[in-house]
Amino acid sequence: MTRAGPEAGAVPAPRFTHTATNDLGHETKMSAALETDGFIASSVRTDAPPAIVLDKVNKWFGALHVLRDVDLQVALGERVVVCGPSGSGKSTMIRCINRLETHQEGRILVDGIELSDDLRALDAIRREVGMVFQSFNLFPHLTVLENCTLAPIWVRKMPKKHAEELAMEYLTRVKIPEQAKKYPGQLSGGQQQRVAIARALCMKPKIMLFDEPTSALDPEMIKEVLDTMVMLAAEGMTMICVTHEMGFARQVADRVVFMDRGEIVESGTPEAVFNDPKTERLQLFLSQILRGH
Amino acid sequence: MSDATVDPRFRRKPPKRPLRLSWADERIRGIVWQVLVVGVIGSIIYWLWSNTVHNLEVRRIATGFGFLNREAGLPIAEHLIPYDPTDTYLRALTVGVLNTLKVAVVGIVLATILGTTIGIMRLSKNFLVSKIAGFYVEVIRDLPLLLQLLFWYTVMQGLPGPRQSMNPVEGVFLSNRGLLMPALQWEGAHTAAVLASVAGIVLAWLYGRSARAKQMADGQPRRIWPAAVALILGLPIAVWLALGAPWTISWPALRGFNFRGGMSISPEYAALLIGLVTYTAGFIAEVVRAGILSVNTGQWEAAQALGLRSGSVLRLIVLPQALRVIIPPMTSNYLNLTKNSSLAVAIGYQDIVSIANTTLNQTGQAIEGIAIIMAVYLTISLSISLFMNWYNARIALVER
Ligand SMILES: Nc1ncnc2c1ncn2[C@@H]1O[C@H](COP(=O)(O)OP(=O)(O)O)[C@@H](O)[C@H]1O
Ligand SMILES: [Mg+2]
Repeated sequence: MTRAGPEAGAVPAPRFTHTATNDLGHETKMSAALETDGFIASSVRTDAPPAIVLDKVNKWFGALHVLRDVDLQVALGERVVVCGPSGSGKSTMIRCINRLETHQEGRILVDGIELSDDLRALDAIRREVGMVFQSFNLFPHLTVLENCTLAPIWVRKMPKKHAEELAMEYLTRVKIPEQAKKYPGQLSGGQQQRVAIARALCMKPKIMLFDEPTSALDPEMIKEVLDTMVMLAAEGMTMICVTHEMGFARQVADRVVFMDRGEIVESGTPEAVFNDPKTERLQLFLSQILRGH
Repeated sequence: MSDATVDPRFRRKPPKRPLRLSWADERIRGIVWQVLVVGVIGSIIYWLWSNTVHNLEVRRIATGFGFLNREAGLPIAEHLIPYDPTDTYLRALTVGVLNTLKVAVVGIVLATILGTTIGIMRLSKNFLVSKIAGFYVEVIRDLPLLLQLLFWYTVMQGLPGPRQSMNPVEGVFLSNRGLLMPALQWEGAHTAAVLASVAGIVLAWLYGRSARAKQMADGQPRRIWPAAVALILGLPIAVWLALGAPWTISWPALRGFNFRGGMSISPEYAALLIGLVTYTAGFIAEVVRAGILSVNTGQWEAAQALGLRSGSVLRLIVLPQALRVIIPPMTSNYLNLTKNSSLAVAIGYQDIVSIANTTLNQTGQAIEGIAIIMAVYLTISLSISLFMNWYNARIALVER
């Protein structure tokens, strides 16, 4: 186990939020934690069993070895940011966690349940794990409201009226209740991604997975989506985010994990990983990221 | 969008642009072109009409549909309604229309089933299955339909004669006279049972709707199929039993050189049906494949990540989107199958074209004969189009 986050109950060291692209300190409608500090207090629960355990996970696509002995533990309430060059296996790793991809070796436990061919275990896990994709993947033939009520109705067996109330509550939280009757194609990219977040939240998941949620967005929309994610983080949601938004990582991450060629190469607090990279691979990656921004 | 909170200054209507009388004005050009096109088409129609009237007068051919009430004296081998050569041309033509419908309706249903199966097979991860389906589609679409119909007719002709006919199951005979099967002696009770079955389908649909409404109210999903099966199958059986359960089977039997009794499918009908179905299925397979492929895999993933199982994903997410892509080209395939059924003439199946052809040869009423054929195809095609457009509108995507 390579956990390096702050200890439970300890006062977290102040962190910097200094990238220009998402200076969240200027946001006025942020939750209380943000208004005062600009970073979020850790909500890691070391007293509870870990939310996610990856134990020596290996995966191949044909002959291509995409995950190599990946070990990762995520505590309840912990926020992990995963970064790494394109093709390093970040998406594959988080897609294994809700079994959109199947791993071939090792064990994955989510909320104490081991992922296997057992369909009932899979149902239970998918109910607890929400996912947000780079390309939104909203259902184009359903309205925003119907996108949000679909799973509560058909999976949680919720009466339609309750599901709609719940959906409106979450649409309000992501600040687009007035778009409820529209179709996804009528919304901007940032609005669509916020609907996707609300849709996942309507299942009341314990864990949220984000796979480059802002990579497909125009720069002016990135902030509104990151703000929504910061709000979730402030509420103590267990999150794994694949993202290259370093400002976001510094602000919310308890831990940053750097992946390269299917391996977890480095892992630590945002400061440790970003300011003091140990390996050449991470140094190279950071120099490329900084040049790109 | 109609937003209630819009600033009133932005509610102003766009200004009307005055029409400029100049060739450079797009709208003036549009008007000029439309006038020209209407004028040219009108002149062509007038010329055709006056020419025809003149020719008919010169040749002293009486026009009109009076011949329809004359005796046809035309033998028809296959008829869905009672028919005799002493009947009128009107009845003969009606038999022809029904024969066309018989092959078109059955053909559309079978081509849809076969085409959908092959389209899904072609998407299979199994190499052999997808290659076989791909080979079928390529071969079928590359050969002319007429050739395929003649091929199937030759196959039918190549079957043994009635005396040597194949007899795979008791009461079923396959020979060059067609396929003979035992038939149920049709009675009022059977018609009542069919009607009861239709009523059962309607009731099952209503039951499904109310079950869905109840689920939306309390969240509990309900099993629909037991009640649906009971309504659709149980109801007609109950009606049939109540009416004394009549059950007389007519068995086909060889008498002299041919069969008597039972129910037969003629070699001409079989060749036409098999040819049309296998040919159209090749096109439908591609439509279905494209429709399913048009739904992004991200849709599957998002729905599964939300906890929906495969069956629900297919029903709630994939099919509604795929159908929108599938329905419009499906309509044109149905229309093609119907129109292609006129190739029946080539293999001696008596459809509307074949019978109208004979009629116009015997009566000399060529214009009326052609008009009847056109009216029949137009009516059938428009009915198919209207139905499919209605269905398409019902499931149409509001916005993408
Ligand atoms: N479905 C797939 N089939 C085959 N190879 C794949 C598939 N998905 C991803 N890969 C390969 O696996 C590697 C890791 O991909 P991915 O997890 O998407 O990387 P990342 O998200 O870090 O960019 C890449 O080399 C990619 O080409
Ligand atoms: Mg990726």
